Amino acid sequence: MKHLRQLFGSRGGNPGQYGMIIALILIIAIFEGLTHGLTLNPTNVINVFQQYCYILILALGMVMVIIAGHIDLSVGSVAAFVGIIVAQAMSEWHWDWWQAVLLGLVIGALVGAWQGFWVAFVRVPAFIVTLAGQLIFRGANQLIGNSTSVAVPDDYQQIGGGFIPDFGPNTGFSNGTLILGLVTIAALIWVEARGRARRRKMRAELPPLWVSVVRTGILVLVTLIGTYLFAAGSAGTSFPIVAIITGILTILYGFITRNTVFGRQVYAVGGNANAAALSGVNIRKVNFFVMANMSLLAAVAGMVYVGYAGASGPADGTGWELDAIAAVFVGGAAVSGGIGTVAGSIVGALVMALLANGLQLINVESNLQQIIRGLVLLLAVAFDVYSKTQGRPSLIGNMFNQFRRREGEPAEAVQPQSIDDQTKVSLP
Amino acid sequence: MTTPTILEMRSITKEFPGVKALSDVSISVAEGEIHAICGENGAGKSTLMKVLSGVYPYGTYSGDIVYQGEIMRFNGVKQSEEAGIVIIHQELALIPELSITENLFLGSEIGRRGVIDWTEAQLRARELLQRVGLDDDPDTQIKNIGVGKQQLVEIAKALHKNVKLLILDEPTAALNETDSQHLLNLIVDLKTKGVTSIIISHKLNEIEQVADNITILRDGRTIETLDVHTGVDEDRIIRGMVGRSLESRFPDRTPHIGEVFFEVRNWTVQHPLDPSRLVCKNESFTVRRGEIVGFAGLMGAGRTELAMSIFGRSYGTYLSGQIFKDGREIKVNSVRQAIENGIGYVSEDRKSLGLNLLDTVKRSTVSADLKRISRGGVVDALKEYDVAEEFRKRLRTKVPTVEEGVSKLSGGNQQKVVLSKWMFTDPDLLILDEPTRGIDVGAKFEIYRIIQQLADQGKGVILISSELPELLGLSDRIYTIFEGAITNELPAAEADPETLMRSMTSVKKDALI
Repeated sequence: MKHLRQLFGSRGGNPGQYGMIIALILIIAIFEGLTHGLTLNPTNVINVFQQYCYILILALGMVMVIIAGHIDLSVGSVAAFVGIIVAQAMSEWHWDWWQAVLLGLVIGALVGAWQGFWVAFVRVPAFIVTLAGQLIFRGANQLIGNSTSVAVPDDYQQIGGGFIPDFGPNTGFSNGTLILGLVTIAALIWVEARGRARRRKMRAELPPLWVSVVRTGILVLVTLIGTYLFAAGSAGTSFPIVAIITGILTILYGFITRNTVFGRQVYAVGGNANAAALSGVNIRKVNFFVMANMSLLAAVAGMVYVGYAGASGPADGTGWELDAIAAVFVGGAAVSGGIGTVAGSIVGALVMALLANGLQLINVESNLQQIIRGLVLLLAVAFDVYSKTQGRPSLIGNMFNQFRRREGEPAEAVQPQSIDDQTKVSLP
Repeated sequence: MTTPTILEMRSITKEFPGVKALSDVSISVAEGEIHAICGENGAGKSTLMKVLSGVYPYGTYSGDIVYQGEIMRFNGVKQSEEAGIVIIHQELALIPELSITENLFLGSEIGRRGVIDWTEAQLRARELLQRVGLDDDPDTQIKNIGVGKQQLVEIAKALHKNVKLLILDEPTAALNETDSQHLLNLIVDLKTKGVTSIIISHKLNEIEQVADNITILRDGRTIETLDVHTGVDEDRIIRGMVGRSLESRFPDRTPHIGEVFFEVRNWTVQHPLDPSRLVCKNESFTVRRGEIVGFAGLMGAGRTELAMSIFGRSYGTYLSGQIFKDGREIKVNSVRQAIENGIGYVSEDRKSLGLNLLDTVKRSTVSADLKRISRGGVVDALKEYDVAEEFRKRLRTKVPTVEEGVSKLSGGNQQKVVLSKWMFTDPDLLILDEPTRGIDVGAKFEIYRIIQQLADQGKGVILISSELPELLGLSDRIYTIFEGAITNELPAAEADPETLMRSMTSVKKDALI
């Protein structure tokens, strides 16, 4: 059991993590059956990535927001707001695509600074700040675009709808995608080997070799399947550019949350803000940047989506917050903050994307789709809350712990504390 | 003496897993008297009252509660209140945003079928307020009246419940002199009207003034019951409270004390919510290198408040005062600055202020000084692991690997992680607030040794503790605090529990050195 946990990462032991992988496999299997193989058809896989990569990008920011103990309901509106400005910059002011992208990033950062200011310095709950933001930026989008769609030029559409160009000998596959797949596989093996070397150097407990082999094996297999699916699509398609953007962002944010001082501080603030403050963490700074970063990523998601759709419209991004938040909770984050991973959220985002896609493929009405997605969010959070109220990660874990308690664990948790032993200390 | 007994608690024993909080405690309260319960922190006073009021229901303790001649089996506060036993806690249970009337009848609203009869409620409220001598408009919001009046509202609320036995837990702890006096007068007044009171207080002068009998608890046992009318003075009470021999449970140490390197001058801090209260009143003290300085004081005396306000102003509103280190004034306006100036603070509340319980041992160990093990904002995982391992070995933290979550550790081992965390910041001055609270005896000894080692490395250590033996056994010099002011300073060699307790319970200054 212990080794099984190690398969899914060193911070494992959280059943939510297997939960979401199982959920992903289940969703793929169910829709693969219901659609008679349409789900894992190369064209569809490519389409899923292009159409829904905004969920992945948003989930990267949302997981940090939720770890820090906040929420962001404005991401859809912010994405639409940035989208319309970028579209106008190109279509009306005739800016180059890269100038428009820079503008979009700057505006995203400014919007983020605005929301971060209210959350971190005025200490309005993020729920309220971003609920206001949802209205404000939706309104701003429709004001700027006169509630109509603004089309974007073809070269910009590459960002959302483009592929790695084809080159080299005709192999029947996209050569660029093949190379990318091979590079990824090499990287996976290198990361695992380096990780083992490090743990050996640290003289830390080393998982048995078979764990490493199986873990890497599974990832390599997934990569191979992915490579095939992306490379074997219809002529002219290959690995989408949005997927490259998303991939780079995922690696970047995975690194930030795991390996940087800032990432640690986000977990510290969400886990126990008082203890973090007494350890010298600047809580305002952390809250500010977490919220600001979310809007920046919403801007990226908005721009990518405009590229995919070919135009920016007044209803872009409606309901995105639900997808992003659900992705993070399906990915094992805790409502009370302090827990969550980028990897988990990406898996959660894939679950949400495949769910939306699958429901479309089997022609479920859009109103019914909403009901189902709403229920998924509710269940994901209910699972987390349920585990919390049990005080234990799962039902089974709970039973095991009760056995252990009886064997006479240190009874420190129920140490008597008289009322006069509790000095209430409120922190600034 | 033929006054009937209203309450008798016979051989009450209450055990928590691993700890006997009360063993064979008996207490007898006569009808119409004011009975005081005295004892050190942790002596079992509050546990006893929780047993009496049904917070710990019948069956979770052994022994009998005989109330008005009957054995009671309370299964909750509601039942004890129906019997006329009302407890008023130190932390008032009033809702600030509601009016006096609304608070008075909260839970026992006047009306029919869930519809409140406000006219009747108003009339009843006025009547109750009159009985406690409060002339405020019953429509006033609780937050707009002072703490003293809030206490009176609590008592009025108890009267509404037809209280026969009123229990007051530290009723004057948060009150000023006038309000305290007013409250005490009211309790005496209620006595003449047939309300029996049990009062728990650290303020011995007040007890001497109003109580008829005093029962002293120590280490969960009844020590004695004193009749105040036969002439009992504070010294007599104190002897009962502390009278235990110092066991040799402290490691040996020869202190090597250097120069004064840390000095706080005229430190004055306001309560964070109530600007009229000072939690630190013009306090000054010094710490020498290699010295363990004890701070003795009862709960609420302002020890934690002093420590936290020095540690980057993390408590209260700073008014005035200076901090000097190595002869130069230093600025300690934030926790970050405090850490950078070599000050560390181990909180008394390990779980809510000391640790992020979701973290691993490794991550907790480095969390107060991530800069040291990172470059360009990126944490060096190898260094991190090495540091955590080093501290695990040095402090002999019992944990399989440093990747284990801290929530799975016992109290003693969690405390070692907190100590590691602050030792890693390499402080010159380490403030330890109740470092052994909730820790078993074995781990205590180890933590004592760590504290002594830190001092022997030339660091200054401030030790705040409620346990006098611990202070006397570890400290080189002791300050006593009472109501936010330092009342005494003496070398540990010259201190004994009685002297300390006297300075901890009054402003009288004994011979200052």
